[in-house]
Amino acid sequence: MSIESDVLEINVVGETCPVPLVEMRKAIRKAAPGQTIKILGTHPASKKEIPMAAEELGLKVIDISDEEEMWVITIHIPGGSE
Amino acid sequence: MNKATLIVHSGDMDKVYSALIIGTGALAMGMEVSLYFTFWGLMRLKKGELEKGALSRMNFLGLGKWMITRKMKQANVRSLEELLSDFVELGGKIFACDMTMQIMGITREELRDDLISEYCAVGTYIKEAKESEITLFI
Repeated sequence: MSIESDVLEINVVGETCPVPLVEMRKAIRKAAPGQTIKILGTHPASKKEIPMAAEELGLKVIDISDEEEMWVITIHIPGGSE
Repeated sequence: MNKATLIVHSGDMDKVYSALIIGTGALAMGMEVSLYFTFWGLMRLKKGELEKGALSRMNFLGLGKWMITRKMKQANVRSLEELLSDFVELGGKIFACDMTMQIMGITREELRDDLISEYCAVGTYIKEAKESEITLFI
């Protein structure tokens, strides 16, 4: 498996409440064990709430960063061949 | 598992929005969610009626609703139809009050039966609400 396919990218730039949370949850349901989910967005409250939701779901946020106008949150799904 | 149990009593557009936003948000945060549609809320589960509610305040014969809907489109807010389909996709459950159906003369054929998990009465709600961390009446 290539490194690329281990990353599931979700673009919620320009979306507002509750879409970033909802799309994060859909991605987590779809993700395979060992995959990494990268969420790109602009909704300010979701930058705080996506990590809150990840914690509630027992998942680890491995990175939160700002890139120009948007934020990028990276969540790791445990399991797989790691 | 944490649960959120909401009664959707109002059929007003803004209140149905609140119910679906809280419902999808709670699902996203890992909770189990049930929405109990009753009275005016249940009317919104009739085929083609979900988006038809008025604003709870300042509706002004639909002008207020038209303005708010326009603002919501500009802000990229999802439609009620999209939120309802997100709710179901994330595993949320929908209950319909059978007493409301009886007094308002609503049949199953008129409702969106494919989305409804169960037709029930107050006992089902109380049993589930007792086990819930969040219960709301909207």
